[in-house]
Amino acid sequence: MLTIKILGSGCANCKRLEALVRDVVEKENIAAEIIKVTDYADIMAYNVMSTPGLVINEKTLSVGRIPSPIQIIQWLNEAQGKSSGMVALN
Amino acid sequence: MNHTVQPFKISPQAQDWTVVGVATALWLTAYNVIEPFADWLSYDLLALPQGSQLGESLAFFFYDVPKLFLLLGGMIFVITLLQTFIDTQKVRVMVEKRGEGVGNLMAALFGAVTPFCSCSSVPLFIGFVQAGIPLGVTFSFLITSPLMNEVAFVLLIGLFGWKVAGLYLFSGIAIGVISGLILGRLKLERYVEGFVYNIKPRANVEMLEEQLLWSERIHRAWDSTKEIVGKVFWYVIVGIGIGAFIHGYVPQDALTGIMGKSAWWSVPISTLVGIPLYSNAAGIIPIVSALLDKGASLGTVLAFMMSVVGLSLPEVIILRRVLKPQLIAIFIGVIATAIILTGYMFNLII
Repeated sequence: MLTIKILGSGCANCKRLEALVRDVVEKENIAAEIIKVTDYADIMAYNVMSTPGLVINEKTLSVGRIPSPIQIIQWLNEAQGKSSGMVALN
Repeated sequence: MNHTVQPFKISPQAQDWTVVGVATALWLTAYNVIEPFADWLSYDLLALPQGSQLGESLAFFFYDVPKLFLLLGGMIFVITLLQTFIDTQKVRVMVEKRGEGVGNLMAALFGAVTPFCSCSSVPLFIGFVQAGIPLGVTFSFLITSPLMNEVAFVLLIGLFGWKVAGLYLFSGIAIGVISGLILGRLKLERYVEGFVYNIKPRANVEMLEEQLLWSERIHRAWDSTKEIVGKVFWYVIVGIGIGAFIHGYVPQDALTGIMGKSAWWSVPISTLVGIPLYSNAAGIIPIVSALLDKGASLGTVLAFMMSVVGLSLPEVIILRRVLKPQLIAIFIGVIATAIILTGYMFNLII
């Protein structure tokens, strides 16, 4: 199961990112644990200086902005080990 | 083997640049058409007499609304496009290497150009402190970040021209550098909340390294532009409405008495009044424009605007999480003083 962390402390953008991520995870039926990280000590542990931050399986993917749903789906697929739409040639 | 003819395709990059090119051409056309259009609307279509209060107000409104939105759309796009080149982590490394003085200047400059969300001010503050950057230098960043607002800058260009906008930028950075230097001298480390000095970065974290293509930059800039302009949309309209009213209905020189150069007390009072007020920069500036029109002096008006935009209750509440009350009070006091002095200086020079 994926671990998705949304780093941010209550600003409007942070809430929007969380809502977007939950929405995407639900629609794509992905097994994921979504954690909202609001404590500054924890946020800084990821070296994120611009909130909101998006971390999947301990990998920082986006800092200071809200990525598009398509981008988020691509990251989730990559994290799950699936390729993103490329056909394997034998 | 089958040879199929490939249909002619335009690469996504070429598509993006074509769109940018067409949009620029449309923008330039629109920009040149709005003033005659506004006059036509007020004086021909609505047949209001030239020089009448309603006529003047409406012509002002019909001209400035599209003009400011065109300027906002165009310039915010360019600014956010350039901002995609800023990497906060690299900025921190660059500032780390400098001592005070140059460090303050660099920090103030970066604060001015970095997009600012007040919720980011705390992580950024902590990040700088963690890197060992002197407190005064960090404050230079923290002061110019909210003070130098790209929407304010663009609106100032639109309403007053490059000179005034340049003054705003220059004085904001000067305030950031000087306040940061002063705050640095005061040895205020003991007033920073303790946990800030105890945070350690994790060992196994993969940090973000992005190499963006131009078309990605264009898309991100466009998204940011839509978001920023969307947020200020109604503020601009209402602000211009109020400005239009003042322009048409308030007699010339009505404000010279209370906000003009001879009223020396107007600078500190406007600054102090501005501290608790918080407005979107977008709404305040059209009003500021009308005030200037009616005899308020530039220094007084700039001081008011900077204290409204640069010092705000939401920001103070957020900073309280890392700064103890004494430091917040000193912080506000130093900035307010710097703004007041800047106001006086402009009233004298201009």
